[in-house]
Amino acid sequence: MTHKILIADDEPNILISLEYLMKREAYDVSVARDGQDAIDVILRERPHLVLLDVMMPRKTGFEVCQEVRANEQIKDTLILMLTAKGRETDAAKGLALGANAYLTKPFSTKELVSRVREMLERTP
Amino acid sequence: MKLDRRRLLATLLPGLVLVTWTGLVLALVGATLADTERAALGALLESRAALVLLLGLVLAGGLGWGVSRLYRDRVEAPARLLEEAQILLAGDVHRELGAQGSAENRGLTRAINDLVAQREQLRGDVEARVREASHRIEQEKSRLAALMSELTQSVVVCSLDGRIILYNNRARMQFRALSEAPAVAGGAELMGLGRSIYTVFDRKLIAHALESVRQRMQRDAASPSAQFVTTTRAGQLLRVQMAPVRASTVDADSAAITGFVLMLDNITRELEDESARDRLLQGLTEGSRSSLANMQAALDMLEYPDLDAAMRERFQAVIRDETAVMSRRIQDLVASSTEGLKTRWPMEDMLGTDLVAAVLRRIEVVHQLPCSAVDLDASLWLRVDSFSLLQALLYLAGRLLDEFKVRHVDLRLAAAGERAHLDLIWSDQVMSTETVMGWEMDPMKIGSETTPLTVRDVVERHGGAFWFERERVRHQAFFRFLLPLANPHEQLGIAGLGRSDSRPEYYDFDLFQASSQARELADRKLSELSYTVFDTETTGLDPSNGDEIIQIGAVRIVNGKLLRQEGFEQLVDPGRDIPAASIPIHGIQPDMVRGQPTIDKVLPAFHAFAEDTVLVAHNAAFDMRFLQLKEQQTGVRFDQPVLDTLLLSALVHPSQESHGLEAIAERFNVTVIGRHTAMGDAMVTAEVFLRLLPLLAEKGIHTLGQARDAAQKTYYARLKY
Repeated sequence: MTHKILIADDEPNILISLEYLMKREAYDVSVARDGQDAIDVILRERPHLVLLDVMMPRKTGFEVCQEVRANEQIKDTLILMLTAKGRETDAAKGLALGANAYLTKPFSTKELVSRVREMLERTP
Repeated sequence: MKLDRRRLLATLLPGLVLVTWTGLVLALVGATLADTERAALGALLESRAALVLLLGLVLAGGLGWGVSRLYRDRVEAPARLLEEAQILLAGDVHRELGAQGSAENRGLTRAINDLVAQREQLRGDVEARVREASHRIEQEKSRLAALMSELTQSVVVCSLDGRIILYNNRARMQFRALSEAPAVAGGAELMGLGRSIYTVFDRKLIAHALESVRQRMQRDAASPSAQFVTTTRAGQLLRVQMAPVRASTVDADSAAITGFVLMLDNITRELEDESARDRLLQGLTEGSRSSLANMQAALDMLEYPDLDAAMRERFQAVIRDETAVMSRRIQDLVASSTEGLKTRWPMEDMLGTDLVAAVLRRIEVVHQLPCSAVDLDASLWLRVDSFSLLQALLYLAGRLLDEFKVRHVDLRLAAAGERAHLDLIWSDQVMSTETVMGWEMDPMKIGSETTPLTVRDVVERHGGAFWFERERVRHQAFFRFLLPLANPHEQLGIAGLGRSDSRPEYYDFDLFQASSQARELADRKLSELSYTVFDTETTGLDPSNGDEIIQIGAVRIVNGKLLRQEGFEQLVDPGRDIPAASIPIHGIQPDMVRGQPTIDKVLPAFHAFAEDTVLVAHNAAFDMRFLQLKEQQTGVRFDQPVLDTLLLSALVHPSQESHGLEAIAERFNVTVIGRHTAMGDAMVTAEVFLRLLPLLAEKGIHTLGQARDAAQKTYYARLKY
């Protein structure tokens, strides 16, 4: 089956690449441009995995993460956090708030692809 | 006289005894004889009567003389000696007693004289030692005070109940910055001897710090100090270090604390700088990260060989866009805050003229190059690392001398907006700009001494700039240093210090001893109270008909000492005209009060200045009426006890005709300076008040309550007549 993926980032310059990349990897891709938008799409589309940026308007990635984990319907959504916040403390915070993985910008797209594949394969 | 009569009696006594004896013998012998025998004896004696009488007289006289001598030597002389010894014993008189009377008496006198001499010598020794000791203590105190005043850190010493015992100049400046009404009270309402530190710091905060200091002392920690950071009411951030003042070593309990030392650091600016730097750094890293991520992802996509032309163009656009974003970011960063990113170097505030004077001296000593100052702005305070700057100037002057045989240089200092220009000037020689600007990059060499630093390093250390300019018209050229100025708050503090030549009264160790118990104010001794002695200048005499205060001056008396440095002096904009007739009295022209704060700004500041003190004024009723009429408008009530030097003077010198301030001052020999300025009058009133205190004590008036009652009585008494 085709996995659904949501890309949540407010920067069009990364969205364009990620969207192209994930589509190429044959995922069913949707995008969100801020935190609230991301929540709405997750509730509507029920993606298997979310590529979640931390610094977003309306709601930060941290807040989105918390809300997802707190909501029974969507709490099993896989979350891969992407962030320009490079400090260890930020990574620890993301993981503590429920992210499954954490990638610091800039990252190589190969690594991203392999992390996404791993995460999706690990869960049935 | 009494003594004389006794001596007379003593002299006559042998004669009387002789007469009595002879009479008795005659009578007794006569009674045993027959009539014939008696007649025969009578005849016998009659013929020799003259002889017998003569013998009797000689005997009586001789014996009388002897007894009189005896009396003089054995009775009178010891009595006199006794009296004189008693005088010597009672008083501080020292005089040699004359030896008289018997040998024993004379010996006794000599012994007493020796004892007195011995006593005097001992007394002199003790006095000398006391003098020496107190001189030493005084010396130590002033050494400590001098040391404290030179410290670049703020230091405040408090007694255990939080009263300020000692503070230094730096603390004074810092508290000026903390003041909520800096323009009016200038921090004097916060920092003053005997004032409570709790007006600045939360009592609980101090208590907590003291507690942890105590704990550390009990654990025998090497340095039992505590640290805390706190915000003040004026929103400043202070880092405070507390160290205990221990009880003197003689006390058995070594853990006893008698007070504490606070070392203050205003870290508001530091923190602002730091957070600005943090923001910059964060903006730089986070922003760059996402830009890099965007470019990296786009680049990765571009590597796919099967990319169609449209997508390729879009990814290339992303890269172009992000490159532009990053360039812009770097540009902004450089423009906004090169200073913020510099490593900070310990800078000091220095009076510009001091720096110039030091440079002039060094250039003349090191290079024997004549050097003078031109156009110095003496008001400028620089924030510099004076040593490296001095070296840079020395180095440049040296190269000018060596390579161009310059015969004279000048130094110039001028303000330039937020910064200052410091110029090294010489008369123009043929030299290329490239040559001299090359000096900026060479390691500085002064004589045989080389430093790895360059002029550019020194300039960057100051966040400044350095260039070379020509003034063709004047045939001059100069190097210009653009240097930072010192923080304006602290400049003001330094400049405002010149009020008095005498040594500043920044400490009062006697406050350590002052009892902390809060007794009823009325029962407190006059000598141990704190006073605010003040005077107002007004537009006229009638506040209820629109007359207003135009100046308030006040000084403090703490622990019986007049604190000249802790004054309050403020002109007030009365919001009305100043009658021309009053101007000769107070000397305040209308343009002097223009732009000054109004009474609703000044009174709260004055109220804070006078907090916890007794108000003293000459003819206080007059000044108090002005203050009380403003209560509604300003919302501050002056409900402190008030003493009036006019009434107190009437109390101690009831028969004097005048109790005007001038008359009293003359009576007490108080030098009157600046009479009829509020500050001048307050100062005179304070001096008068201090001289009144002992006179009141002589009249049995020791407490505030007694003074007020007694003054009331004179007041009513005066009203009756």
